[in-house]
Amino acid sequence: MRILLEKRSEASTLMAISSPFIALGLTVILGGLIFALRGFNPLEALYVYFIEPLTTVWSIEQLIVKATPLVLIGAGLSVCYLANVWNIGAEGQLTVGAIAGSAIPILFPAWQSPLTLMAMMLCGVLGGMAYGAIPGYLKNRFNANEILTSLMLVYVAQLFLDWLVRGPWRDPQGFNFPKSITFEGWQLLPTISGAIHLGCLFALIAVIVLAFVMGKTLKGFEIRVAGNAPRAGRFSGFSRTRMVMFCFLLSGGLAGLAGITEIASTVGQLQPQISPGYGFAAIIVAFLGRLNPIGVLFAGLLLALSYIGGEAVQISLGISDKIARVFQGILLFSILACDTLILYRIRFLPRHAAAAQPAE
Amino acid sequence: MKKWLVSAAIFAFALGAGAASASAEKVKACWIYVGSIGDFGWSYEHNQGRLAVEQELGDKVETVYVENVAEADSERTIERLARDGCAIIFTTSFGYMEPTLKVAKKFPDVKFEHATGYKTADNVTTYNAKFHEGRYVIGQIAAKMSKTGVAGYIVSFPIPEVVAGINAFMLGAQSINPDFKVKIVWVNSWYDPGKEADAAKVLFSQGADIIVQHTDSTAPLQVAEEQGKLGFGQASDMIKFAPKAQLTAIVDHWAPYYIRRVNDVINGTWKSQSSWDGMAEGTVNVAPFTNMPDDVAKMAGETAEAIKTGKLHPFTGPITKQDGTVIGEAGKPLSDGDILGMNWYVKGIDDKLPQ
Repeated sequence: MRILLEKRSEASTLMAISSPFIALGLTVILGGLIFALRGFNPLEALYVYFIEPLTTVWSIEQLIVKATPLVLIGAGLSVCYLANVWNIGAEGQLTVGAIAGSAIPILFPAWQSPLTLMAMMLCGVLGGMAYGAIPGYLKNRFNANEILTSLMLVYVAQLFLDWLVRGPWRDPQGFNFPKSITFEGWQLLPTISGAIHLGCLFALIAVIVLAFVMGKTLKGFEIRVAGNAPRAGRFSGFSRTRMVMFCFLLSGGLAGLAGITEIASTVGQLQPQISPGYGFAAIIVAFLGRLNPIGVLFAGLLLALSYIGGEAVQISLGISDKIARVFQGILLFSILACDTLILYRIRFLPRHAAAAQPAE
Repeated sequence: MKKWLVSAAIFAFALGAGAASASAEKVKACWIYVGSIGDFGWSYEHNQGRLAVEQELGDKVETVYVENVAEADSERTIERLARDGCAIIFTTSFGYMEPTLKVAKKFPDVKFEHATGYKTADNVTTYNAKFHEGRYVIGQIAAKMSKTGVAGYIVSFPIPEVVAGINAFMLGAQSINPDFKVKIVWVNSWYDPGKEADAAKVLFSQGADIIVQHTDSTAPLQVAEEQGKLGFGQASDMIKFAPKAQLTAIVDHWAPYYIRRVNDVINGTWKSQSSWDGMAEGTVNVAPFTNMPDDVAKMAGETAEAIKTGKLHPFTGPITKQDGTVIGEAGKPLSDGDILGMNWYVKGIDDKLPQ
């Protein structure tokens, strides 16, 4: 017997929309099973993981703060991936954005005005864009695989940051510890309410603007054509090289903004490690959000919940911190499986019939 | 689905409420670890300290820990513990310093204990250990046991605690063999078995026959074991991983400190302070001396005893720095401040301190 994945003639729109929810349901069921097998009460564990973080104002604020970089980066990546441009290096663009933005308070520590903050944000965006432009240029000029170049540039950025905070940008009063000075006043994003800071608003604005661009403008159409029918795009005069560069500048800029936003809120100074892998987690966010900016908003919140919930079960029930990673893995696996089964059907063929099957 | 969730929520809430009322009189002591409790080094030993608190104080205490907490993202985790009713929170890595202080400001009634930092507050204490005392002992052993007269030293970050360790090791070695050499590799990580193993291989191929580490994994010792070379365990007794290679290990023993501090919270006698204990207090220990002749073991034991009783101080002046200048008065130990802010090498170290 042979198993064959056969393309469905018509994929159900309803199923395509509900696929993330089915995936989430599967994750909850499989997660509960894992908790049960580990000897915990699955209902209690699932409650602590998925519901309890939503029961206090403080943890909801933390959830939004945690989701902010994920949504900012995920929104940019979703546009990239729609256009078949594979930027895997958002983590590096985030890092360079953080470095470029932090240059302002580190080089001009006494400058305190609202302009300081604006300059920091602007430098963050420009830094991320410039760093994103490198794999974009390499793709256009040499046809270098952008998956590889963007990913490898992540390590370059992280090592550069490492060198900066150990060397020239180290806090002179910091006893040789690899940290910059701590930022203060207008070098930090003001908070709106509780822990929620101005950066959370940036994420919301980015989502709204991108949703508008994708849905209502020619550029959005061009991006979708570039992904679905590149040949048709070329015939209608859309430039592939400009599209590649546009995607890298957009997603790089948003990742850079996410980087400096994190620095100017949660972290408060430059240090060797500034992100627990937001740039990579945002890839899950982009796909979970159906490569749609509004979807990314909810996917970002869900993934943030998986981090915070993972912490909650560790604290309340003593379950290993690896559980959050396992949940994220199951979630991504389930959504990819659901998507595959929406587009394809599985057919079991007897051996002799399989042999007669024409090669595609 | 919705109905199911609601009933699950109610059920779980009831469970949670039941658990909370049962533990109302216990003092909740909480720990945050930078690595995994299974690293068999730094975080492992802090967790051993937590377990000792549980065992010693029994019903009076409830402990909670969170492992693998990224330093950049630790503020939320610390605050979460404070909100969850922890009476005392131990944050066990240098990078938690600023987040600990920030959360401490918001929770004046919770006691915070930050390991290896230098900033304190009314409710924030720092605690550290004089690891360099142990390093002096292993420096002497290395000088006695090395055939090539060269040790390889794998280090994490050029912070004072680490630099003081290198210097103490070198001074110990020079007290036996004035021409002793140390080769240094920075791996820029506290825990990275792959990098640490590579560094060990490089150092062995460059002529070192003894490996010293200020990183937390067992990998360098395992490389030494494979190559028939020697080495020292870090933070924890690693003899199980290198039965033929480990000469001894510097073992951090946090239990007495943790028990004392949690007890202070229970009795209401907790005060902010900066604690810096060493071999005398039993925080820094040396593991049994193995794989060495009896006379070396005897000498090492005597040195350890002398440090413990205060007869010997690893940093006794005058000490010649790498640049030729001299620090310290003859016969007198350097001040605590000099050691805690150490950013220079002693003469004879073949490396430039990253500045």
